[in-house]
Amino acid sequence: MALRELSSLEKFLGLKKPHKYSTQGVKKVPLLQSNNGPALVGLATIASHLAKEAKKPELLGTTPEQRAVVQQWLEFRVTRIDECPREEIRTVLKDLNQYLEDKVYLAGNSLSIADPLLYYAIHHIVVDLAVQEKERYMNLTRWFDHIQHYPGVRHHLAPVVVLRNRVYTSCHH
Amino acid sequence: MKLFVSEGNPHCIKVLAVLELTGVKCDIENVNHEEKVVPFLSRPVLPVLLLPSGQHLFSSNAICQYFFEIGGKAPADASTQWLEWEATELQPILGHALQMLVLQGKSAEAAKALEDPMNFLEQNLSKRTSSFLTSDTVAVEDIVLWAALFPLYLEPSLRPAELTSVFTWFERVGALPACQSAAQRVLQGRGQAALKGFLQKQPVITLRRDTPPCNQTGAEEAEHLMTEEELQSAARTWSLGLTDFQTQPERQHPILPQEGKRNVLVTSALPYVNNVPHLGNIIGCVLSADVFARYGRLRGWNLLFICGTDEYGTATENKAREEGLTPQEICNKYHAIHSSIYKWFQIDFDFFGRTTTPRQTEIAQDIFWRLHDRGFLIEDTVEQLRCENCQCFLADRFVEGMCPHCQYPEARGDQCDKCGRLINAVELKAPQCKVCGLTPVVRSSKHLFLDLPKLEPDLEQWLDRSLSTGDWTTNARHITRSWLRDGLKPRCITRDLQWGTPVPHPDFSSKVFYVWFDAPIGYLSITANYTDQWEKWWKNPQQVELYNFMAKDNVPFHSVVFPCSLLGAQDNYTLVNNLVATEYLNYEDTKFSKSRGVGVFGDMAQDTGIPSDVWRFYLLYLRPEGQDSAFSWADMALKNNSELLNNLGNFINRAGMFVSKFFGGCVPEMELQAEDKRLLAQVGWELRQYIQLLDKVRIREALKCILNISRHGNQYIQVNEPWKNIKGGAPERQRAGTVTGVSVNVACLLSAMLEPYMPTVSQTIREQLRAPESCAHAMLRGEGIFVRSLPSGHRIGTVSPLFQKLETDQIEALRKRFGGQQPKTEKPQDVASTKACVPEAPAARAVGADPEKAKQLEAAVAEQGEKVRTLKAQKAEKPVVIAEVSKLLELKKQLALAEGRDPEPATQKGKRK
Repeated sequence: MALRELSSLEKFLGLKKPHKYSTQGVKKVPLLQSNNGPALVGLATIASHLAKEAKKPELLGTTPEQRAVVQQWLEFRVTRIDECPREEIRTVLKDLNQYLEDKVYLAGNSLSIADPLLYYAIHHIVVDLAVQEKERYMNLTRWFDHIQHYPGVRHHLAPVVVLRNRVYTSCHH
Repeated sequence: MKLFVSEGNPHCIKVLAVLELTGVKCDIENVNHEEKVVPFLSRPVLPVLLLPSGQHLFSSNAICQYFFEIGGKAPADASTQWLEWEATELQPILGHALQMLVLQGKSAEAAKALEDPMNFLEQNLSKRTSSFLTSDTVAVEDIVLWAALFPLYLEPSLRPAELTSVFTWFERVGALPACQSAAQRVLQGRGQAALKGFLQKQPVITLRRDTPPCNQTGAEEAEHLMTEEELQSAARTWSLGLTDFQTQPERQHPILPQEGKRNVLVTSALPYVNNVPHLGNIIGCVLSADVFARYGRLRGWNLLFICGTDEYGTATENKAREEGLTPQEICNKYHAIHSSIYKWFQIDFDFFGRTTTPRQTEIAQDIFWRLHDRGFLIEDTVEQLRCENCQCFLADRFVEGMCPHCQYPEARGDQCDKCGRLINAVELKAPQCKVCGLTPVVRSSKHLFLDLPKLEPDLEQWLDRSLSTGDWTTNARHITRSWLRDGLKPRCITRDLQWGTPVPHPDFSSKVFYVWFDAPIGYLSITANYTDQWEKWWKNPQQVELYNFMAKDNVPFHSVVFPCSLLGAQDNYTLVNNLVATEYLNYEDTKFSKSRGVGVFGDMAQDTGIPSDVWRFYLLYLRPEGQDSAFSWADMALKNNSELLNNLGNFINRAGMFVSKFFGGCVPEMELQAEDKRLLAQVGWELRQYIQLLDKVRIREALKCILNISRHGNQYIQVNEPWKNIKGGAPERQRAGTVTGVSVNVACLLSAMLEPYMPTVSQTIREQLRAPESCAHAMLRGEGIFVRSLPSGHRIGTVSPLFQKLETDQIEALRKRFGGQQPKTEKPQDVASTKACVPEAPAARAVGADPEKAKQLEAAVAEQGEKVRTLKAQKAEKPVVIAEVSKLLELKKQLALAEGRDPEPATQKGKRK
């Protein structure tokens, strides 16, 4: 799963030559072997590295503050989402929904590498949400819809239909 | 900038150490462990750094990195890799180890848990030549890892001597003054004991090696954990088998209340006759009521379910004029349409009547006179527009004129479409009669009003009782309260129309009752048409429980206005005990419109080729219970394929197939083991949930219980692999037999639980399993009892698949056909020729229009359009593209003709661009 995601991320970043990845351990942590130095291990680490390699450091944040926020959401993804026990997932969605209430992107007003990574991580959850639930997590759904339509992000995942307007209104009385 | 920390929280050590080491200026505030510093997180988290921008950092590692960076050291890949390892690999183990050590005193278990990560750390450190993890100067990862390990390393037994490199590194980092003072600050010199308060408040951390996290199973709800006791009792109940062979008694009409029975009267809001009902109407009223009525009958209640078409009013007169028929003919025509649609949806009314009957007149006039005699009606004059040419007063929707607020020329008599304000028809400037186009005059006319303020005390008294004892949905309670809060005003009950129940009072002889007064009386008159003894239901509040089903816009008429009429009549009427209102159902993401044919109407559902049961399932699955929901074709296909086909259908079919294939069609012997008992307990628990929910009319939620059961069942089959065991020795074969027998019995239970939702499927399953007639009735009694209703040796029938896959292209075609397509997916230049020109006049249908052909052409246009787009995208050669484009234009022209439009302006407009 992480590997398809990294390949989508490479395409999104515009990296021409795909890397070769392997995984290690029971959790299948991704590993990137590089020519000049030791291997990089961990999804967040590799994603940050790819952003730098693609000469798009702005996707990691442009100020120290922004960079810290981006790192925080990358960590959130690999700790809170990937390891989330089933009964907790609704809490995580609720928190994200609340956080995104006044945000366009995870790190505020501009896209960062954390957006596609969180999108990849929660896609399988959002795809199964009932319409009602999507409405309950309205801000999250809005963000999700925005990211899945962001040029070059979606790649290996199916689009999720997000519905907006009310159509059936009232009866005759 | 401000850092929030709490004493005795191990995660605070690292941030305090880094803060001191980097010399960053920052306020520190000590707070309680439970303090919710980050507004959007449900669980309190510390430490937290409030950034100058107002954002919160709640990850301690991100805080450390930030301090390091503004202290002048940007993080390297190697650093972030260690931090990621710490967060994902080390922390879960540390949390577990700390709880073992500090809360339970089990240091050996803590040591065991730590083995793997410590060895990993040792390997890495022993290979290095540098003093610290990645360099010769201390970096963020050193502090983070040191601080993470520090509380455990206070325990000597957790510091194995062979990890020398770890130990040397640990001492080196720990010697830094910043680290020492941070540790002191958090632990206050009390050692690990200082962490106790913090650790007690954390959820118990278990190392989940074997239970996969959610993204691998995709299951939805948290599972109910079973105690040993529950397992045993589930097994005992199950083994009893069917003891009660009483079947559901045949329904004998007329159904009347009976002493000593639960007598339930179910009504569904009366659909208005002038139009074909759409999916929203169906799920909002009749289908919801039907599920509940079927459920009630299964539970053995003495239940009557009635409904009918609401036929009087202006809208019918209007429709009659449009179609050139009399109002009665319109009613007859549409009553038949409604009837057949509900029949197709398998709505099992005990009686489906109509409001235009002598009984209606009789009962409405009786209630009227009783209200009149008791002084609850008042007279007042109303100014109204009258068309002298048509010789009638004009109902609001028969007048058009200029909006007095925004000057919009085509405002209606009740509301302006442009500014949205409500208008009193006499305020319209330059009003016009919509029928003849002449200018109407203002005339005053005498009318009767129901004196709601006078009835309010009685109403409030009754409402207090009904709301506190009955099941009213939240929206119904809310809407009712807000009506009362805003104060009640007298409401006009008469109209200057012909098509209605005549007002019997001689002073108002040319008038009829206003539809809101008249229509709810339809419930009574329809029952009266069903049985002469209707008063046993309607004047019997002691014995009868009344459930009203409706969409939320109908609430005030059922909770305030109609009860006032009945209370004022003072004739011991049965008033609503349980008011069940749905929210709205929306359609895809384009506007629903009858005139443009967008959306799905009751009569079209059957043309889709999708079975009635699947329609019922999907509508009930997204029943707007508690909030609005939206119909989507893609979602329907998804739910059909995932829930019905892969989950429910798959389980039931497999269970039956195993019996046929492996055991010659006879249910095998069953020897229950712990695992089987666990399934029985889980299934039993879901069954009880289902009953609790349906008793409270939580229809959508109860459906989830059915799906959960088959999910459990699928897992059970998957884990126990009867198809493998059947090939093994005697014990394995017996195991296969037990698993098969239990599964097929679960399938039998599912057939009973499905009955209210998918009656045909339910019946089919029972036929395939040759299930005893009494099983549904027996298992849905009381709190719900899951018993072995198919004993060993029971012979089942022929098993076949229950559901079919909905293919993407099939569903895509339906979406296009019903107008739910998204125009924005087409490129603008392609759209110009088709869209821009469609005249907004549905009346202007040319001769030669052919809807059948139009449908085919529409598909052809879509296909050709796709081809052109692909060619353009591939930058194909120009002549090729031009050839295909002209084909497309030709198809569009034919389509326009088939739809009865003039094709010419279209192509011209397209070319001009």
